[in-house]
Amino acid sequence: MTIHPPPMALLAELTHRCPLQCPYCSNPLELLKANAERDTEFWKAVMDEAAALGVLQIHFSGGEPTLRRDLPELVAHAAKVGLYTNLITSAVLLDEAKLRALAEAGLDHVQVSIQGADAESADRIAAYEGAHAKKLEVARLVPQLGMALTLNAVVHRQNLDRLDEIINLALDLGAGRLEVAHVQYHGWALANRAALIPDEATLARADAIVAERREALRGQLVIDYVLPDLHADLPKTCMGGWGSRFINIAPDGRVLPCHAADSIPGMSFERAGERELGEIWDASDAFQRFRGTEWMQEPCRSCDQREVDFGGCRCQALALVGDATATDPVCHRSPQHERIRAAALAEAAAPPPEFKYRRP
Amino acid sequence: MTVLALEAVPRLKPGVRRRFDAARGQHILLAPERVLVLDDIANAVLEKLDGATNIEALCAALAKQYETELETVRADVVELLSGLHDKGMITA
Repeated sequence: MTIHPPPMALLAELTHRCPLQCPYCSNPLELLKANAERDTEFWKAVMDEAAALGVLQIHFSGGEPTLRRDLPELVAHAAKVGLYTNLITSAVLLDEAKLRALAEAGLDHVQVSIQGADAESADRIAAYEGAHAKKLEVARLVPQLGMALTLNAVVHRQNLDRLDEIINLALDLGAGRLEVAHVQYHGWALANRAALIPDEATLARADAIVAERREALRGQLVIDYVLPDLHADLPKTCMGGWGSRFINIAPDGRVLPCHAADSIPGMSFERAGERELGEIWDASDAFQRFRGTEWMQEPCRSCDQREVDFGGCRCQALALVGDATATDPVCHRSPQHERIRAAALAEAAAPPPEFKYRRP
Repeated sequence: MTVLALEAVPRLKPGVRRRFDAARGQHILLAPERVLVLDDIANAVLEKLDGATNIEALCAALAKQYETELETVRADVVELLSGLHDKGMITA
């Protein structure tokens, strides 16, 4: 039993390695090498602990988790301890035999990312020739093998005009869920903000398309829409609240409240296996640091929304304002809000510069 | 909102699972990026989904089991299953 309500989901970042080079990569700026990765037994022990704590879903993620040869064994173990299993993948390294092995191991859900509606533009964004065609080939097999399919489309100014086609693609592939996620501008994506951020008119058209098609496709396709922060006036409840729902384990075994938390200077993270996971969740400095509302400064501290959005995203406050304890500047009450919003909109109004790829 | 017909045969979609969450002492439905807490009634209904029984037969069984008016059971079950259908958790 934990003191705080136990985590609902575990994000297992098996590796930081990835064959794609997306300009909005959400992995940390400092990537861990293969020799820092933890072995099969480590991850199995983590899953035992997580399930006992009350974790319900495990997300196998990365990097590209299918680079791990022990993935079917890990999925089988997760299923054995009762976890709902989700694979977050680019799918470019999968084929029918590998996917079948994962289905037989008990995989419940596969989330395949796409970079756009058509091969030419999508492959340019991923900097991987043939990626799009391969993704579609693999994605189509997912429901055929009895698993749920989510198509995950990261959207921005260079693919948003084809949102209707992306939705059609999800239907054609047999996806039950489509995630249309606007780029979140921290980490690597911040360096490409001018190349990615849409203007207000483009965004308004996208919002309208999502609203209309979500209604028309009710019961057939669930569309989850992740709004772009910089156009908003209220921040997201990042991670459902710090240390509230999610536990994230990095490839080297460090336990983090969110996958970007190690961008915050002065944070230290404990390793799974060296202390009980429940104790790390309850008592470690990293999880206590921004849990609840005690850490807040004004205007958050006295705000009536403080237990709704918990001040927004700590990593974004750091990246855009330079202070991880500041109000997320997406919030209209942040003194930095207007300045940051104006800078972002000015970038959206200018022609997009070239991408800075993740591995140039 | 969809209203499912009494002749419809509902079942959980692939990738949707019902289980007991021992840590929190509740029945839940797990789906892609979703966890739905089930009350005792919803759990009793979903327990009966076998991919062969239609809603009318399901309601009759529940009415008998819980000694309730069939009319009331029908209304509740159709509402519950229609809602889950729109959430993408069952097919019918």
